[in-house]
Amino acid sequence: MSPFIYVRDLGKRFGALTVLDGVSLEVRAGEALALLGANGAGKTTVLRVVATLLRPSRGRATVAGLDCVKEAEQVRRLVAYVGHGSHLYEDLTARENLKFWMTLADAPVADDAIQGALAAVDLDRAEGERVRRFSAGMKRRLSLARLLLVRPRGLLLDEPFASLDQAAKKWLAEHLLAFKAAGGAIVMSTHSFGRELDVADRVAILAEGRVVLDTARAGLAADELQRLYALHAEAEA
Amino acid sequence: MVRILGWLTLLALGAGLVMAFGVAPREVTQGNVQRIMYLHVPSAIIGEYLAFGILLLASIGYLATRSEAVDRVAHASAEVGVLFLAITIVSGSIWGKPTWGTWWTWDARLTTVTILFVIGLGYLLLRGMIEDAERAARYAAVVGIVAALNVPLVHFSVYWWRTLHQPPSLLKPGPASVSLSLLVALLINIAAFAILYAYFVAKRVNLLRREAETLA
Amino acid sequence: MSFARRALIVFWKDALVERRTKEALNALVFFSLVLLFVFQFALGPDRERLVALLPGLLWLGFVLSGMLALGRSFLIERENDCWEALLLAPGDKSAIYAGKLAGNLALMFTVEALLLVLFTVFFNLDLTGVLPALLVVVVLGTVGLATLGTLFAAMTADLRARELLFPVLLLPLEVPVLLGTVKATEAVLSGEGLAAASHWLALLSAADAVFVVVGFLTFEFVIEG
Repeated sequence: MSPFIYVRDLGKRFGALTVLDGVSLEVRAGEALALLGANGAGKTTVLRVVATLLRPSRGRATVAGLDCVKEAEQVRRLVAYVGHGSHLYEDLTARENLKFWMTLADAPVADDAIQGALAAVDLDRAEGERVRRFSAGMKRRLSLARLLLVRPRGLLLDEPFASLDQAAKKWLAEHLLAFKAAGGAIVMSTHSFGRELDVADRVAILAEGRVVLDTARAGLAADELQRLYALHAEAEA
Repeated sequence: MVRILGWLTLLALGAGLVMAFGVAPREVTQGNVQRIMYLHVPSAIIGEYLAFGILLLASIGYLATRSEAVDRVAHASAEVGVLFLAITIVSGSIWGKPTWGTWWTWDARLTTVTILFVIGLGYLLLRGMIEDAERAARYAAVVGIVAALNVPLVHFSVYWWRTLHQPPSLLKPGPASVSLSLLVALLINIAAFAILYAYFVAKRVNLLRREAETLA
Repeated sequence: MSFARRALIVFWKDALVERRTKEALNALVFFSLVLLFVFQFALGPDRERLVALLPGLLWLGFVLSGMLALGRSFLIERENDCWEALLLAPGDKSAIYAGKLAGNLALMFTVEALLLVLFTVFFNLDLTGVLPALLVVVVLGTVGLATLGTLFAAMTADLRARELLFPVLLLPLEVPVLLGTVKATEAVLSGEGLAAASHWLALLSAADAVFVVVGFLTFEFVIEG
């Protein structure tokens, strides 16, 4: 079965700075790949190229066989990207945010569907409150509520567990596992080696714009992984 | 190819100079200073119409093809256009001082050229301020299209503004009667400046391409 | 119809935020008052001279306040980190342009109405009879400003030098609109009527048409990553 997300020999330059220098990855439906790497290794850049936010300098990225550059509009309907920004209007309520984004995405939803999505992420009691008053965890859950309504086939997450408390982390991990079980593909970047890595089926380490290690997660203990990381990632520095 | 253009330019400019100083008649009231018209008018026409025209085509072309080469042509055309417009302004000013007694006047052509000059500078400023080359090319293409389509609007509005209370029946006020040799000299110089424009643009495009290659 | 729905939701969102924060309208109302005072003090109490300059002053007021309003078109997206999300939302991007343009027009018309009232009061104008004609000119001119202004606001939205680059880019390209509106306003206020300024109105309409079409066609290139 061909991979859902396919990245081949991806290169990206910003002026004189080379951030990606030949990255190749594959992620199948129902699979989650964790991208590890130091700051500046290129994790965010890879995600943004697949999300159609950046054009690569060379190489290609496809989602479900669709080219991320030439068929960007169609790719955007298939994958959802959650980056560092919250993509939420602070002065609108949770409900209004969802209504806006869904209508703009050409998928207007009925009020009870919005209610249902908010309930699924445990925000139904806060639905009339302005997002400005939300905690980081609540904002992350609201972003996820939006994703649930959009029903993408792939998720591209840039450090999704950052600045979440333990309860929120547990909750997010559960939802990602459910997403995977339903056939979705996930690529997520992360800094840490905690429990969030349990979501991943495979791990890839990025250093100096290249993939230095791409292996199955199963059977790899956390400290073993940390050792490998130190070996490959920091060795390149 | 560029070298041939270079020689052609030299030839054409030479012919133009000969026409301007040797063959064309000496103007009765203004004297020899009027000959600056053979510099002023051609650079205005090339700067206003040819440069912006190529800018329009190249800008649309870039958005359609995303070809960096096409973008370089747009960039170079804007630069050379701004240069020619500057020459127009300065030569107009030099012409104006002995003729009208003032360095500056809000006459229709000078005003139009100055506005287009500032528009061109804005275009170049925008390009200079965006670091990402692809984004700069894209934004510049949009501004280039707006700027080029604005040329006729600026042209008409300024001429109507200067001719006060009569809605105009002609496109542009020109000299009431022209002698043939004056016209021929003018046309030869316009052609010469067109070739000069092409030469400058070609050189600039080469330079821009080499810059891009060294960064790669 | 999805285009209209999406454009409307953008307008709705901006209107909702503005209603809750009242940032733009308050600042622009205050700015209009300040402008009036500045004009009075800068030009002196000589009524005759002021009335002669009126068309220019009026449009100076409209342009200055208009640029303030237009420059912040996408401020809300920048502040809330939503710029990328707009890009990622699938569908025709020009619907976003339409929504933003509608919002800007609503804002600018509101401020212009206020300025007109202030001018009438401060300069003791008698606009009876010329008001419909004046409104035609104001609408044509405002559309000319807002169409390019919204486009350029998107372009300069996340540049460091936004505040400088936006007016530098916009104003030279608006010269035809400025000339047209001032001349047409002159004709209207002096009682000559729209017929006397018909060529200016034709120019304004042509400029508006060109700007609207270019805005709709090129907005997706500005907003794409």
